[in-house]
Amino acid sequence: MSLRNYLDKLRPNFEEGGKLHAFKSVYDGFDTFLYVPHETSKSGTSIHDAIDSKRIMSMVVIALIPAMLFGMYNIGYQNAMAAGKLGEATFMGMFLYGAIALLPKIVVSYLVGLGIEFAWAQWKGEEIQEGYLVSGFLIPLIVPVSLPLWMLALAVAFAVIFTKEIFGGTGMNIFNVALAARAFLFFSYPGSMTGDTIWVEKEQIFGLGYTLPDGFTMATPLGEIAQGAAANASLYDMIVGLIPGSVGETSVIAIAIGAIILIWTNIASWKTMLSVFLGGGAMALLFQSTGATPLQWYEHIVLGGFCFGAVFMATDPVTSARTACGKWFYGFLIGAMAVIIRVMNPGYPEGMMLAILFGNMVAPLIDYCVVQSNINKRAKRAKM
Amino acid sequence: MANVIKLRKGLDINLKGRAKEQTLPLKSVGTFALVPDDFVGMTPKVVVKAGDKVKVGEPLFVNKHFLDLGFASPVSGTVKEIVRGERRKVLYVTVEADAEQAYVDFGVKNVAELNADGVKEALLKAGLFGYINQLPYAVATTPDTTPKAIFVSALRDMPLQGDFEYELKGQEQDFQTGLSALAKMAKVYLSVGGKQTSSALLSAKDVEVTVFDGPCPAGNVGVQVNHLDPVNRGEVVWTVDPTAVIFFGRLFNTGKVDLTRIVAVAGSRVKEPAYVKALVGTPIATIIENNLTEKNHTRIINGNPLTGSIVSGTAFLGAHTSEITAIPEGDDVDEMAGWIMPRFNEFSTSRSYFSWLMGKKEYDLDARIKGGERNIIMSGEYDKVLPMDIYGEFLIKAIISGNIDKQEQLGIYEVSPEDFALAEFVDSSKQPLQQIVRNGLNLLRKENS
Repeated sequence: MSLRNYLDKLRPNFEEGGKLHAFKSVYDGFDTFLYVPHETSKSGTSIHDAIDSKRIMSMVVIALIPAMLFGMYNIGYQNAMAAGKLGEATFMGMFLYGAIALLPKIVVSYLVGLGIEFAWAQWKGEEIQEGYLVSGFLIPLIVPVSLPLWMLALAVAFAVIFTKEIFGGTGMNIFNVALAARAFLFFSYPGSMTGDTIWVEKEQIFGLGYTLPDGFTMATPLGEIAQGAAANASLYDMIVGLIPGSVGETSVIAIAIGAIILIWTNIASWKTMLSVFLGGGAMALLFQSTGATPLQWYEHIVLGGFCFGAVFMATDPVTSARTACGKWFYGFLIGAMAVIIRVMNPGYPEGMMLAILFGNMVAPLIDYCVVQSNINKRAKRAKM
Repeated sequence: MANVIKLRKGLDINLKGRAKEQTLPLKSVGTFALVPDDFVGMTPKVVVKAGDKVKVGEPLFVNKHFLDLGFASPVSGTVKEIVRGERRKVLYVTVEADAEQAYVDFGVKNVAELNADGVKEALLKAGLFGYINQLPYAVATTPDTTPKAIFVSALRDMPLQGDFEYELKGQEQDFQTGLSALAKMAKVYLSVGGKQTSSALLSAKDVEVTVFDGPCPAGNVGVQVNHLDPVNRGEVVWTVDPTAVIFFGRLFNTGKVDLTRIVAVAGSRVKEPAYVKALVGTPIATIIENNLTEKNHTRIINGNPLTGSIVSGTAFLGAHTSEITAIPEGDDVDEMAGWIMPRFNEFSTSRSYFSWLMGKKEYDLDARIKGGERNIIMSGEYDKVLPMDIYGEFLIKAIISGNIDKQEQLGIYEVSPEDFALAEFVDSSKQPLQQIVRNGLNLLRKENS
């Protein structure tokens, strides 16, 4: 195979002493991306399952694609609707507009994040880890479309370095990397992350879309509720996703397709996912019955980042609880916490991000308790 | 009726080249060897020199710390060579076999009339005691241990493993004698598989028979111990390979040491997968050399593909090895974009592949790791194939971090590396779990000695 031969011919340049040794991790990354590595086991089991972390991460990215595609369309749709031109805008036109608005964010996220990953892997003499393939795809989907690229780059750099690499890389981090990037933006640049001016793209791009007046405002349904107004979206729009919000979070249907892929391939835990919904639903029902929130309990579930967080963020295997039993507690806690923040804290219309970060923080504690019960059982048995 | 324990966790890997129930003749060879490493954790002291004459049953080496614990020569003849490796570690002792085999006569004994010490002494004298393994530490046991129970698993369910029921045919009497002998020393649990029907197993005397019904690793003796009588700190159980039970039985019934066993020769690179009758210590080359479809890029394994050791250079049929397998090495396979292609010929527990659609398809897996080693990312992968009341992932992490207290609390005394073989197979982070467990056991054994 000619490509294989070409790669093998290049290899010596990247080995110790070669002139391109500084890029060895990059070469290895591409080589293993193009071809399954030849390396065979030297001890232990002679056969291995064909699954590896590259394939797992790829599956998560695939599961995210429906949400991304719908997010692109929704960017164009919100722009056209705000301009009052929904009648004349075409489906393709709105989709293309959104695609062009979103692509730079994905590119910047990957360039900055993978750049740091590659450099770090080279410095440590390790293989490149695939974790950022998912984080880098998630980050553009959980920020508002109007976020400046430099802020995004800064947040990505912060998250990759301070929540992942310094802990030891993918698999060792305590907090979800994508959410850490969002939290960084949320607290550093609240003006670009919250409020009612950021959810709709206001400029024309390459002649596509419409220019909106500077003072145009459009809040998310949850934002309107927080200000005491009524949500101006129908349940249909909330489920289909034609409402303002972070890019990937609006469509329940697109997220559901991703959820099916993740559960079917066994990459995300259905236990975690289900228990987030149970926790959120139960807490929302409680608040609804006491009159603390004007929303129906199911509206709490379909609005905001709840579904997106439940499906793609709470189920992150690294930062969630790792014991089967612990996953139930972990998920329930996140769901309940998200609704509590929304309802009880007037400053924060949305609580999913903080709830999951809180869940990440207590996940080791939950696991500790579960494992400790096994330890106690063993200790008791030994005494008998 | 025997007690039945149903196991749900586990995984049967259906590999191509399972051995047919037929015993092929084996050309007898000149040189045999006994390998100290087959008796895990034992430091050998060689008691013969090159040129010495030995009979079958005379020790070739002894345990350095228990000089009366010898290891019997499988053949009679002339000691040829003591091969040493790094730091003068004894790799193996070879014996050139005589045409006429001479046996040490240990005397026929009626097991019913022996007591525990009598059985132990007989096994020690004949150089067979070292075939008994133990938990904790999953090592060859020593005469100073007192077991709370003895476990024998008659079920071999790892991929391509030789079927013990086939090996048992014609050996029923020796097997029963061996069990009765063990029962003199402690309570014996005999575990059989859900599909096994041999009456020599199901109605064996002097033992408690338990049926383990479920996928691999139901046959792992460690799994069975965990369900029947788990090992606590300070306790010892003995685990005995069923073939070794036959060896013991032969000793009492005939007065001779006879280390002949039926070995499966299996795998996708084997021309005619079947069984052979061979002595412990037979060179592996003579067993498999003329039965390979392809010599290049072929991996020969002393054991099964999950727990066996890779044969490189000269190797000999292991003391506890019930099969020799040959699979493709795979180092010449170029497969593009493994992260997305359907890869219909690959087996995986992940539904991102199509194994779940393929029913009983037999797979021809090679020895590639098929991914880079990563930190443990996915959770719960190990638990799905570890039917023990143990948090496998947390135990592995305790071992990696060298936390001895945690290892003890999480049950390291109950496990052996083979219990983690399936976990190592399914692990998407490609961690060398069996090696990690072995390192942990070695560390603990050293700390506790």
